[in-house]
Amino acid sequence: MAEATLHGAGNHGTGETRRDFLVLVTAAFGAVGVGAAVIPFIQSMAPAADTLALSTTEVDLTPVAVGQSITVKWQGGPVFIRHRTPKEIEEANAVDVKELRDPQTDASRVKKPEWLIVKGNCTHLGCIPLGQKPTDPRGEFDGWFCPCHGSQYDTSGRIRKGPAPKNLFVPPYVFLTDKSVKIG
Amino acid sequence: MAAPAAQNKLIRWIDHRLPVFTFINHELQEYPTPRNLSYWWNFGSLAGIALVLMIATGIFLAMNYTPNADLAFGSVERIMRDVNYGWLLRYMHQNGASFFFIVVYIHIFRGLYYGSYKAPRELLWMLGVVIMLLMMATAFMGYVLPWGQMSFWGATVITSLFGAIPLVGDWVTHLLWGGFAVDNPTLNRFFALHYLLPFILVAVVMLHLIALHQHGSNNPLGIDKKGPQDSIPFHPYYTVKDLFGLAVFLLFYCAVVFFAPNMFGEPDNYIPANPLATPPEIVPEWYFLPFYAILRSTPDILFISAKLAGVMAMGASILLLFVLPWLDTSPVRSGKFRPVFRIFFWLLVIDCLVLGYIGGQPVNNMTLTIGRTAEVWYFLHFLVILPVLGKFERPLPLPTSIAQAVLKGGAPPATSRAPMEKP
Repeated sequence: MAEATLHGAGNHGTGETRRDFLVLVTAAFGAVGVGAAVIPFIQSMAPAADTLALSTTEVDLTPVAVGQSITVKWQGGPVFIRHRTPKEIEEANAVDVKELRDPQTDASRVKKPEWLIVKGNCTHLGCIPLGQKPTDPRGEFDGWFCPCHGSQYDTSGRIRKGPAPKNLFVPPYVFLTDKSVKIG
Repeated sequence: MAAPAAQNKLIRWIDHRLPVFTFINHELQEYPTPRNLSYWWNFGSLAGIALVLMIATGIFLAMNYTPNADLAFGSVERIMRDVNYGWLLRYMHQNGASFFFIVVYIHIFRGLYYGSYKAPRELLWMLGVVIMLLMMATAFMGYVLPWGQMSFWGATVITSLFGAIPLVGDWVTHLLWGGFAVDNPTLNRFFALHYLLPFILVAVVMLHLIALHQHGSNNPLGIDKKGPQDSIPFHPYYTVKDLFGLAVFLLFYCAVVFFAPNMFGEPDNYIPANPLATPPEIVPEWYFLPFYAILRSTPDILFISAKLAGVMAMGASILLLFVLPWLDTSPVRSGKFRPVFRIFFWLLVIDCLVLGYIGGQPVNNMTLTIGRTAEVWYFLHFLVILPVLGKFERPLPLPTSIAQAVLKGGAPPATSRAPMEKP
């Protein structure tokens, strides 16, 4: 120790010694090592393989009449499928996109205009908006109304009023046939 | 200084090697405490007792609880119906959380009124804020465990807050959930953390006490102890006072546990969690309501969306307390000698109560307006009023010493060996 002190003191003028360099390199190496060791711990908290494996849902659309909505479970949460009426499609297209909080055309949110498929969680804080049942309040825009904090969505699932920042999320999906769809 | 009364050879032998007896004597018996502490100073020790109560009941509940999304609700009902005294343990734990927060909130407002956060007690105060944050996290995760509707949707709403973080928001929420929605992995990790955090809490409480004993308690006059005539030993004077306070506390606590155990609860939480249906009204536990009101009331601010702004405002409302010792510029600690501060203090108390009330009401134009006004006032109080007040307020003259003020006319320093005589 005494030697080190002497050595350090001797080089005081230059401010740097070989020992400083070694301490720095060792500390940096240790920090990188600890950082790397933390990765598996963090990753163990991310969705596991079996959770990821449950990531597709197939839905038969035959029983869903025009004007009806169904809710299916996908990735542990609800997905809204609404068989839209011509009036609802028209409403969705009549909007001036530039005035929207999250500007998206209706065409970019559907694959077939009569079928709207969106995740059923409000983009504010994840509650399930009302509007799936005929008796539910649908808000001022004929779409969905979130009871938690009052967000309102239109017939394209776009945010129109209230605190939610984004439109209802459109999950990836493909039509397997005219009357069946695979979500995920 | 070893425990002077230690006549017993064994005690002396142990104390020489492991000075526990000296420590107890030093910190809990002779520990010099201001002679003028009022009943507002009871709430620190009450909070400590509440923590012990929560850990004790919690450990025994955990022996019968199953942290699995399919089994959790049933296991809690089993505790309530089949486990011997399970109902008592659960009601003690459930209501214990509410009482813990009542006690801690009173403790915090006492600190605010008497300026207990001022030098040299800044770190003591900041550790207290850390304790409050840990309590909030622990309480939130505990509320999720019964896996009722409120548990599930409360968890969804609160974890979704993290989705507001720009860029990494989604990644963080999925990491918290261990999936794409609140589900079994979420319940498992919340149970693990709910069991862990109270022990971290104990560690921070220890630091809080070390910081406290460094300079001793503040007191209603807010002036420093000037000599032995200003203080009395902690034992028996304050052990007795704390015990009396405990008895009163238990009176209220037992009244609720035995006669109104679901008073603080939400009936919806006795419905098993359903990820496909949100309850008509999601309300957090009462102790989160003021912060929830801030979250909900915040509008879009410039280019920041209402969601992110709400989260930031809610976070700021608590983090603000960390810098409180530097926001309050007045050198006088106690509100007793600050006539203008006193008015603003009570306005803040009312403001927090208003926020709490609004947080529990459905959102409409009226509650939104009131909520926003109360929110603005909250920040105004800490960011503008406190810094400015310290510069312009004229405090009342301070007494020269605690003994002089308490014993009227002043006790001569020589009488310090005869503590607690009636004035």
